[in-house]
Amino acid sequence: MSITLNDYLILSTIIFMIGMYGAMRRTNLLMLFFSTEIMLNAVNIGMAAISKFHGDLTGQMFAFFIIAIAASEVAIGLGLLILWFKRHSTIDLSSLQSMKG
Amino acid sequence: MENYLYIALFAPLVGSLFAALFANSPKKLFVGIITSALIGVSLVASVNLLYHVMTTQEIIHVKLIDWIVLGNVNIPFGFVVDQVSATMMVVVTMVSTMVHIHSMGYMDHDKSFNRFFAWLSAFVFSMMILVMSDNFAGLFIGWEGVGLCSWGLIGFWYHKKDVEKSDDIEKSPFSTLSPFSSISPAYAANEAFIMNRIADLGMLIGLFFIYWNIGSLQYDVVFEQIGTLSHGLVVLIAVFLFIGAMGKSAQFPFNVWLANAMEGPTPVSALIHAATMVTAGVYLVIRSNEIFAVVPEVGYFIACLGAFVAIFAASMALVATNMKKIIAYSTLSQLGYMFVAAGLGAYWIALFHLATHAFFKSVLFLGAGNVMHATNDEINIKNMGGLKQYMPWTANIMIIASLALAGIFPLAGFYSKDLILESAFAEHAYILWGTLWITAGLTAFYSFRLVMYVFYGKENFKKFGYHPHEAQWYVIAAMVPLAILAITAGWGQHTIQEMLSHALPMPAHHVDHSTVTMLILVTSAIAISGVLFAVMKFNKKGRYYGEELKNSFVYKLLANQYYFPLFIDKCINAPYLAISKFSWKELDLKFIDATVDGIANIFYSGGQSGTSMQSGNLSKGLKWMGIGIFVLLVLALTFGNLK
Amino acid sequence: MFEVIAFYLFAFLTIAMFGITVKTKNPLYALSSLAAGMIFISAFFFLLGADFLGAVQIIVYTGAVMALYAFGMMFFDSINDIKESASNPKLTFVLSGLIALIVVMIFMAPVIGANAEVVSPINPAYGNTQDIGMVLFTKYLIPFELAAVMLLVAMIGGIILAGKKMDVSITALSDQEVDKLHTDTEIKKDIK
Repeated sequence: MSITLNDYLILSTIIFMIGMYGAMRRTNLLMLFFSTEIMLNAVNIGMAAISKFHGDLTGQMFAFFIIAIAASEVAIGLGLLILWFKRHSTIDLSSLQSMKG
Repeated sequence: MENYLYIALFAPLVGSLFAALFANSPKKLFVGIITSALIGVSLVASVNLLYHVMTTQEIIHVKLIDWIVLGNVNIPFGFVVDQVSATMMVVVTMVSTMVHIHSMGYMDHDKSFNRFFAWLSAFVFSMMILVMSDNFAGLFIGWEGVGLCSWGLIGFWYHKKDVEKSDDIEKSPFSTLSPFSSISPAYAANEAFIMNRIADLGMLIGLFFIYWNIGSLQYDVVFEQIGTLSHGLVVLIAVFLFIGAMGKSAQFPFNVWLANAMEGPTPVSALIHAATMVTAGVYLVIRSNEIFAVVPEVGYFIACLGAFVAIFAASMALVATNMKKIIAYSTLSQLGYMFVAAGLGAYWIALFHLATHAFFKSVLFLGAGNVMHATNDEINIKNMGGLKQYMPWTANIMIIASLALAGIFPLAGFYSKDLILESAFAEHAYILWGTLWITAGLTAFYSFRLVMYVFYGKENFKKFGYHPHEAQWYVIAAMVPLAILAITAGWGQHTIQEMLSHALPMPAHHVDHSTVTMLILVTSAIAISGVLFAVMKFNKKGRYYGEELKNSFVYKLLANQYYFPLFIDKCINAPYLAISKFSWKELDLKFIDATVDGIANIFYSGGQSGTSMQSGNLSKGLKWMGIGIFVLLVLALTFGNLK
Repeated sequence: MFEVIAFYLFAFLTIAMFGITVKTKNPLYALSSLAAGMIFISAFFFLLGADFLGAVQIIVYTGAVMALYAFGMMFFDSINDIKESASNPKLTFVLSGLIALIVVMIFMAPVIGANAEVVSPINPAYGNTQDIGMVLFTKYLIPFELAAVMLLVAMIGGIILAGKKMDVSITALSDQEVDKLHTDTEIKKDIK
């Protein structure tokens, strides 16, 4: 049997859900960033798979730009995180909340 | 002539509304005078109508307004004055006028004087609607109206506290030897109303059957078409209508409320529980005679029940010392007589006995009221005695009324009672005849037992410090016309028979003249012997067998009213109360309230938990995002075209 | 055959690595497993014939991004385990499981769009890199340039956010002033 597009898509979904689970569960901001990275990578797999199975380069181009954007997001995100840490000495998620709920 | 109808109908209403304006004010004498005058006006109009009907045999029929017009349902407010209703109108207004005047004297120290007259006139108005209506729905309105006013009047002194139930025969409210007629006036009023309502359910079902099958509630339409229905259905209708009559006229097993209703003021007992409300049941049977004529077996059952009640009540009156209860039992007994007559098809005789009974019974109650008023509301006849010299007028009137009740020639009771016995004999219902004959003897005995204890013998009231005096002149003046009617009403027998023959069927069977004479002699014999026994035994001993027989089983049975009220209290009221409590605690509070609160709670708690969406907490926001994705995916799956 | 084995092997490894990333309490473990996961993902790209993408993944993601994270970790307390209070962990687990289930169900269906129009066809004659280059600099030129500008902005932003003492511009000063700056700071250090 050979690998079909479905297999890649299912794999992509599983990895995406792992990332989403981590995003919902983790309260450490840094870990939250990690989970976001996982989600982005999962999408990349999906794009590349579709590109291969349809013979279209558009998927791969999209994946490029996603990588580029992910990189810049990390840069800015970490910068902000460092500033926050300097001010509040914690990177727990609940410190972001100023409303009482 | 229509004007007389309207005047007779609405004058009591005007009086009642007028008195109601002053209901919460202290006593104002003109309230009593004006209401009595208005009832008197109604009396004059009714007499006029009776005279007109008697002479011209013309039936007056008016339709006031269309009441319910909905699709197939058409019930107008209509009134009819024919021979039957004219007779009832005169009886009702006559007794009501006298009772109103008497009440001005009886209630003159009561602080709710005005409210009393409001209720009393309202009662008369409801009774007029009942007897004058030309359809079953109007009858039912009047029926309920008298039930309501009777509730208001029995429970007139509602602030009196409840009496403890006890096993002591001298103190228990279920015993006829105690000074309490019931647990409290409020309790007695509720008991009367509720018992009536239960019986009214039967009547309503009967009305529904009539309407469902015939399509109208007008008397003329119903009676015309009743023959077309199947026999079983007519039996059902008759039985259900009679159940309603049983409630109002206190036939067994709905009889407990009547004796307990003596908690109300005595004029109330005179009006309601002697002459008018309790006779509404008899009126219903008389009015529906065409229905009962189709099913003579139901009529026979009614007659048997009536005879049973007659002797049942008479037996309980033998040992009672509560004066008003004795008179109440005699009412119950005479109602039994009326139902025997109606059940056997002798409707005009039932109506005749109704009229004569109204006169002598109401004046008996009014006299009892005078006695009670004179002895500080004492109700035990053994605590009175020798009052004849202090209250000669009252005594004489009461003796006349008791003679009429016993059925002694030539007073009114003699004629009507003998007619009933005659018709029982003519229908070959010999057991019924025998029962009624024995009851006649018992009636004579206990009426005169009452008279002897109250007016003759030792003056037992002296040790209570009472100072009896005769009632006011206008009170006696009110009682005198009734007493005269108690004497003379029987003499109009043939006129009445002739008039009613146009409206009611005459009994089918007749007895020949010699048998009639013999029956008259036999009945008079037992009545006179009852009277003589009562008088002579008292003169010899000053009392009857009560002291020797006090501990015997029969005495206790009778004094406790055959333990029937106790039975109702324990076997019907107590389980019902338990069921009610259970329904309230378990079903209502835990189940229904919980459901309603639960529904409200869903919204509330849903909103509460939804606030986490807007708390600014990123983790929670991400979770909500996850939930949203899930919902959208489910929607996409179900409604999308994904294969 | 080889493809199947490779796919399943790398799939298992990737999922395991990422699982460790989201579950572990030790931040260093999370970081390392994330990096490992990235590498395994590039294996997929190579399997799919997207050679250039695979290479870019290793260089940019594993190299640059993870290095950035590693530098960032220096600022935070990374020796001790991070303590997290999660409210209602079961809910999240169930939720993500359900969503995964649904999406998998969706993707199990045969892929529609069999006759989708191919916008930029793959030319098997060229290698993948050459192919991508041709498309990138013709069709996607403007997004490319914009991405370049964005990266520049991100870089500057990162410097400003994390840098310190930027009120004085050293290059605009003359040599003596730079020396003065130095000695001032040294004198300040000696006085302390």
